[in-house]
Amino acid sequence: MAVRAAAARRRLPSLKTSVIAAAAYVVAVIFLLPYLEMLITSVRPSSELYGRDYLPHHFAWSNLTNMWGSAFGILSSVRVSLEIAGGATLLVLLVALPAAYYTSRRRFRGRAAFLLLVLATQMLQPTALIVGIYKEFLSFGLLNINPVWSLILVNAGFNLAFAIWILNAYVGSIPVELEEAAMVDGNGRLGALFRVTLPLAMPGLVTALIFTFISAWNEFISALTLTTSSSDYPLTVRLDSFIGQYTVDWQHLFGASVVATIPVFILFALIEGRVVGGLTAGSVK
Amino acid sequence: MSDVAMTEVPPVEPAATAPPPRRTAGRRRLARLEPLIWLGPAIALIAVVVIWPIVAMVQTSFRNITPLGIDVGSAGLSNFTQVFQNPNLPGILVRTVIWVAAVVAITMVLSLGLAQLFNQRFPGRRYARWAIIAPWAASVMMTALIFRWMLQPDNGVVYVFLHQLGIVPTFNVSQPDWLGEPDAALACMIAVAVFVSLPFTTYVLLAGLQSIPGELYEAGRVDGASRWYAYRRITLPLLRPAFAVAAVINLMNVFNSFPIIWEMTRGGPGYETSTSTVFMYDLKGTFVGQAAAMSIVNFTLVVVIVLVFLRLNRWNRQEAY
Repeated sequence: MAVRAAAARRRLPSLKTSVIAAAAYVVAVIFLLPYLEMLITSVRPSSELYGRDYLPHHFAWSNLTNMWGSAFGILSSVRVSLEIAGGATLLVLLVALPAAYYTSRRRFRGRAAFLLLVLATQMLQPTALIVGIYKEFLSFGLLNINPVWSLILVNAGFNLAFAIWILNAYVGSIPVELEEAAMVDGNGRLGALFRVTLPLAMPGLVTALIFTFISAWNEFISALTLTTSSSDYPLTVRLDSFIGQYTVDWQHLFGASVVATIPVFILFALIEGRVVGGLTAGSVK
Repeated sequence: MSDVAMTEVPPVEPAATAPPPRRTAGRRRLARLEPLIWLGPAIALIAVVVIWPIVAMVQTSFRNITPLGIDVGSAGLSNFTQVFQNPNLPGILVRTVIWVAAVVAITMVLSLGLAQLFNQRFPGRRYARWAIIAPWAASVMMTALIFRWMLQPDNGVVYVFLHQLGIVPTFNVSQPDWLGEPDAALACMIAVAVFVSLPFTTYVLLAGLQSIPGELYEAGRVDGASRWYAYRRITLPLLRPAFAVAAVINLMNVFNSFPIIWEMTRGGPGYETSTSTVFMYDLKGTFVGQAAAMSIVNFTLVVVIVLVFLRLNRWNRQEAY
């Protein structure tokens, strides 16, 4: 096998493959260029911020350390964003897992109605309901306590459908007999769920959790609507508030964007092949 | 807890069959409640985050609420009539149609090509596919901000590049830039919206392409079909379900799109670059009742758009066969 692989490596790609590869690489670079500009701007020295060169004459790497100063509020916003995204992810795990497991394993009255309800929530977005969400949390008084709790609820709610679809598919692909065998071996149903089903459904679970984390981390309109005090701003709302300033602090704005974006790229690359299934499963069924 | 589950469901019993017969009445009632134990948290979350807001939105649309947030009584239908009489509304609706139609159409066409390209075998395909997910993974508002920066009239890289090509003759801060001109700004924002919609759409179509059995193409080749003929007769018809799903999801996403317009122009000058979603959000700042009324109009519009699209799609499919 090693010999064959070596032979394949020695063979040069055909002209057609080369043209296709070149076209694909050009497309790939175009997709990355805006984020490259984000990175370049984040290390522009303020004297060259408005320069017309593609690259500054020298790089102010210190921007990336200065931006954590308390004047910019970026550090506190990263903390808030982590709380919201982490909380929403945990809540989705606790809520979606039992629902997905049960709907996948059992046929019962109301199952179709429940799945339709889930599909309906996937069709809606926070934007479509934002006035209602705002009025609701205002009347609950939750906004006066800490908007983080409201945002955890909203983000968990709007990512629930994705998690249920993907977990449903993964649990459904695991033979019931495996669970039964585990129960014969002396595990209860929950024991079988945790020792057999969950480990096998792990790729689906990880996909659901990462996807929820990323969506909540990136979410903008509910956060913009439900946070009023600057100390509660998550990162997206913080960056939006930069734009309102008399002089926009572009280099720090994009420094924070780079910090917010790189981990998300890596996480998304991990689940890239499985995301489409969760986003389209409901509409196909 | 697991022991209780054990006694209730004998281990040899296949999980999907009816509960065993010998049970007390209390136990049977408990069994009927069993789905609620598993689904209850999900239903509760959906109730709090989706159903309650819908109710609150409908209620608010009939209330007279001052800009300071004080409810001064019923408004009847006046929130709706005021929204409909707003002189900006016709322009906003026309722009919304252009925005949705242009973004979705351009995205779908470009994605067809991209999916075809990234479905080919070539060295480094994995990394190239990773690169194109960037706008999907990144926050849309941050992507919109970087485009706003790249379109700065005096130093944005887009102008710098076009200046080098000789298309933009001079840099001039005193002239309105593209984002300051409503038509040009809308075109720029449509481009950004297409950019962020492409990865998802391409991936859905890629999944569709991969589900087409290769034997079909071999059979076509044996029958002497040209590549273009095979594409039209095999690929496109079999891609239709994936295409329809991607189009419907894009229709809803683009209609509800907020961060791009908000970060690049705030919907201004005036409402001249607002879509109905941005208009609704702007109303929320002053007249919550009218914003709620506008939300309900938007809601209805989305449902109508999706139904029309699905109908068109079904009609198309019947035409094709």
